[in-house]
Amino acid sequence: MTTGEKHITSYTTYAKVLIILMILTTITITAPSLNLTAFTVLIAMVIASTKAGIVLTYFMHLKVENLLTRVLVVMVLGLYASVIILTFSDYIFR
Amino acid sequence: MEHIELERDDIGAKLGMWVFIFTEILLFGGLFLVYAIMRHRYAQEFHIASQQLNTFIGAVNTLVLLVSSMTVAMSISAVQKKDKRMATILLLVTLLCAVIFLVNKYFEWGHKIGMALYPGSDLMMQLKHGYVLFFSLYFFMTGLHLLHLVIGAIILIVALVKVRLGIINDEHYVLLENGALYWHLVDLIWIFLFPLLYLIT
Repeated sequence: MTTGEKHITSYTTYAKVLIILMILTTITITAPSLNLTAFTVLIAMVIASTKAGIVLTYFMHLKVENLLTRVLVVMVLGLYASVIILTFSDYIFR
Repeated sequence: MEHIELERDDIGAKLGMWVFIFTEILLFGGLFLVYAIMRHRYAQEFHIASQQLNTFIGAVNTLVLLVSSMTVAMSISAVQKKDKRMATILLLVTLLCAVIFLVNKYFEWGHKIGMALYPGSDLMMQLKHGYVLFFSLYFFMTGLHLLHLVIGAIILIVALVKVRLGIINDEHYVLLENGALYWHLVDLIWIFLFPLLYLIT
């Protein structure tokens, strides 16, 4: 019987994570009004990726998960990033 | 009552859910890629079309999903602490958030469709290609996300019933963990969907 370890994350930790996520969301919403043109997309994506990373680490328990799961997540994200970069490079240079 | 513990593999179960999540990342990731390239090609039209979207509702939906992610994560802690009542409340709040999201979507889409801004409408047939692409992508991506949200909600309803029946308890809760993982995926997708569709300049 392989049940893994039982880590109990406190409610307050989750609440703090939510507050951080809400702050980042507010920044994302107010960023476009700063009129940074091309940078807006970049900033939005950086913030979105940060939020995603926080959700993955704390809400989805990657922080306490076993090594295999964490390595797989990193690998898949790397795979996806490669697909984006390669496809976009191809498109840009047509 | 004693019962024989069958072979059980919680680590495997959770890993299986993660593998499924990977396939979903690639599914939506592919759509994001299409969106990114089309956006680059029809920048002006995408920019104008996205102004038709209601950023306020989009923002509310984002916050609603973030809260629901927190409550579903908390529900796991509650089950681990043998707090059945708290787990029930938290799961109900999560489901309430799902309903709020659905209602918001109903108004959003209803408004668009009322303005004849939907794939295949007479108006859409006359618009320039860039606009058509934007709205096709908008409805398809948010629609696919909505489908995932409904599926996730159903899984969580099943989990809630099992929590009430004691089938999910502090020693057997991998089903709730997996349901929560799926729900977080729904949240993750929206975290990217919202800025890409609603906030581009």
